[in-house]
Amino acid sequence: MDATVILRVSAPLLLWVPMALSLYLLLRGHNDPGGGFVGGLVGAAGLVFHAIARGHAAALRVMRLPPASWCGLGLLLAAASGLLAWLDPQAGYLTHRWWFADVGVTLPIGTALLFDIGVYLVVVGTITAMSFALVAED
Amino acid sequence: MSIAPVFLLALPLGLGFAAAAAVPAMRGRGAAQLGAVTAAVALLVYLLAAPGAAEPEGLRAGFWAVPSLGIAGGLRLDGLSLVFVLLIAGIGALVLLYAGRYLKGDPRLPRLITLLLLFMVAMLGAVTADDVVTLFVFWELTSLASFFLVGYDHEKPGARKAALQALLVTAGGGLALLAGLILAAVAAGTTSLSGIIAAREAVLAHPAAAPAMLLIILGCFTKSAQFPFHFWLPNAMAAPTPVSAYLHSATMVKLGVYLLARLNPIYQHEALWQDVLTTAGLLTTATGALMALRESDLKRVLAWTTVTALGTLTMLIGLAPALSATAAVTFLVVHALYKAALFLVAGIVDHETGTRDAAALGGLRHAMPLTALAAVLAAFSMAGLPPFVGFVAKEIVYEAKLASGSLAGPAAMVGFLVNAAMVAVAGLMSWRLFFGPRRPTPQVPHDPPKSMLAGPILLATLGLLAGAAPSLLGEWLVDGAVASILGAPASAPLKFWHGFTPVLALSVATIGFGLLLLILWERLMPRLRRTAALDRLDTARGYEAALAGIVSWSDGTTRTVQHGSLRGYMRVLLLTCALVPLALLAWRGGLARPEGAPLDPRALAFLLIALGAIACALARGTFAAVMALGLVGFATAVVFLTFGAPDVALTQFTVEVLLVVILATVLIRLPVRARDSRTARQRGADAAVAGVVGLSVTLALMAVLAEPFDPRLAEWFGAQSVPGGHGRNVVNVILVDFRALDTLGEIAVLAIAAFAVLALLRGTKAERQAGG
Repeated sequence: MDATVILRVSAPLLLWVPMALSLYLLLRGHNDPGGGFVGGLVGAAGLVFHAIARGHAAALRVMRLPPASWCGLGLLLAAASGLLAWLDPQAGYLTHRWWFADVGVTLPIGTALLFDIGVYLVVVGTITAMSFALVAED
Repeated sequence: MSIAPVFLLALPLGLGFAAAAAVPAMRGRGAAQLGAVTAAVALLVYLLAAPGAAEPEGLRAGFWAVPSLGIAGGLRLDGLSLVFVLLIAGIGALVLLYAGRYLKGDPRLPRLITLLLLFMVAMLGAVTADDVVTLFVFWELTSLASFFLVGYDHEKPGARKAALQALLVTAGGGLALLAGLILAAVAAGTTSLSGIIAAREAVLAHPAAAPAMLLIILGCFTKSAQFPFHFWLPNAMAAPTPVSAYLHSATMVKLGVYLLARLNPIYQHEALWQDVLTTAGLLTTATGALMALRESDLKRVLAWTTVTALGTLTMLIGLAPALSATAAVTFLVVHALYKAALFLVAGIVDHETGTRDAAALGGLRHAMPLTALAAVLAAFSMAGLPPFVGFVAKEIVYEAKLASGSLAGPAAMVGFLVNAAMVAVAGLMSWRLFFGPRRPTPQVPHDPPKSMLAGPILLATLGLLAGAAPSLLGEWLVDGAVASILGAPASAPLKFWHGFTPVLALSVATIGFGLLLLILWERLMPRLRRTAALDRLDTARGYEAALAGIVSWSDGTTRTVQHGSLRGYMRVLLLTCALVPLALLAWRGGLARPEGAPLDPRALAFLLIALGAIACALARGTFAAVMALGLVGFATAVVFLTFGAPDVALTQFTVEVLLVVILATVLIRLPVRARDSRTARQRGADAAVAGVVGLSVTLALMAVLAEPFDPRLAEWFGAQSVPGGHGRNVVNVILVDFRALDTLGEIAVLAIAAFAVLALLRGTKAERQAGG
């Protein structure tokens, strides 16, 4: 696909701004609108823009791993985050554990974040897998 | 016992899995040696655990639990399990050692070792599981391992077919077993195996007691190749010989027998249980013996005698006298020892001479004296000759049959004929192969290296030693297992010499008749093979017919349901989604109008949605339709935003952006001026479908709004979000914490959908390339 000069030049911006935004959405999701699902969608949008501007081979290079692997890793991470629940023998699967890091303010960190990162990876992987497959050069 | 039971019971499983994971990275014989060492360590651990298993309660360890489903998993090692784990780990070590040499130089050797190790762990897990869920998972894992191992030579169509057959029969039976176990667990109110056995009265009093029992029996019969499911076992001989020795004679096929024995304390006094088990056992025994005499392929001969042995075991469990349990366990151990040895010998002969056709072999004793020794030792045990343990087993099996009351006559009669056939096969495996005239073979044979000889010689020698001191075997191993089978301690001392009893006379007659069969074998075998009536015993034809029926049936339904017209699919989907709720609403009287609530000014956003929908419907080109659809999406997001759901709105916005971008990139590749190609009539029909869907949704929403709003869930989540989930965003906390399992399921569906799309698009691309 031939992209216009404008699109080609602005490609890095169209990739990295959504990517940064997606990570921001992912991390703040527990307290403000956002989360792994929306974050993943925004991140995927950035990658799809990149695929339009530079071709999907370039977007695949940015991703390092094939989209299907993103899906797999995400599922694995989400599923594994629930296993940590068994550090407490009474807790059921996917009961999230929390640690409270003290960095000036108390920052709760939990396995819920790992789970959300898993969601993020699966969403990015799914959307990119589908759209790259659709626009793949024959 | 100072070592925790958890450790003793879990260590072999963990080690096995770890070794199975490590093996693919290794090459050649190192892999086999690692496997053999792992199995040997497992054997050692179980020997350490043996004293604990001898206690009345056995060794017990809880492991995992899903409290919300009422499942508590655990492992338990009692007398019955001990017999099995020792056989599995012990024979496993020898077979793995043997396999490394047998398939020397084969690049796929690590794969074989991995599968064998996985199988070993699955077997160990299945026979030490103390809850039906763990048992079932390991049970199915053995079927899977068997599938891959039978299909090891997957380039050969025969091996693939045999593998599929073994899988369909055993896994199909596995489904029946699952249903039966669930029914039994529901009746007992626990999934724990020992709990179910303890709740015997409740299990038997349940209305579904008989179906549960029959389903469990069905699962066990398919696994243990009982008539009429026996056909898969001889076909499974497509597997490499070490696999046949291990899975399809010594261990896996006995898993069904294991479960029957395990559940015997519940059902032992039920007439139906006794009848089904003895009848199927007798039929299986007779079929196996007859078929064994029709074959000349060493492995198939041995496979049919395994069918015979499995039938004998099933029958013995079904027989009422306590003595039959002792007979069953003794025979089980004896059979595993001699049959594994004979299979390994058959493998050696095949490996060294290049053929395993009994008719073409003979006089090998000079070329391979040590193999001959192993074969003779094992064959003597199989034939039930003194002083081998096979003799002890045969005597007590006869005794059990004669003590079984009304069944004594037929059981002893079939037993006599079958044992004679076993004598003949034993003679075939020893006298015919290694003595008599030397017949020319494709390769010049000699004794194989030590690692291949170790298995058969050790196993055959164990048969001799156990025969020399049967009471030791009885006290140390058999009594504990018998106590598990009967659900009460029992002791029937194993003796070598019973005096001049009818049983001894029967034994002598058996051996005489067996020798006669052996002498006549060369003439008898082809005649039996030509006897068409015996072909009917090969129930594989029924299996083939059922399989063909399923294929043609699904062919038919696929052609009607999946006609390939996308528009047709959409119409069916939409109309179903619209008409089913509509019909339900009308039928159950749910149609209602909400009380006149004032019109909210925010509802103006809905005008935008309507505008987009109308534009989409009227759009002449595809591109314009996509844009109009985008308007609908964004307007929906505005609605979410104004009604206080910023999270959902954010998601909706992003989805819309993505959808428009992706659709646009796809459309760019299509002819841009693609016009609506539908006729006026088609457009009318589509409009009607759209109208019905709209009507249905509207009526459903009105019915919903007419109900008073129940805020309890929303309030609970709002109140619990920060203290329970440490997050102020309730939606996100619900997604990743309160209902995380749902989310896990959703992202799994998402990933599966991605894979499906990849496969679909790749498929059409390949088709296009192939077509043009």
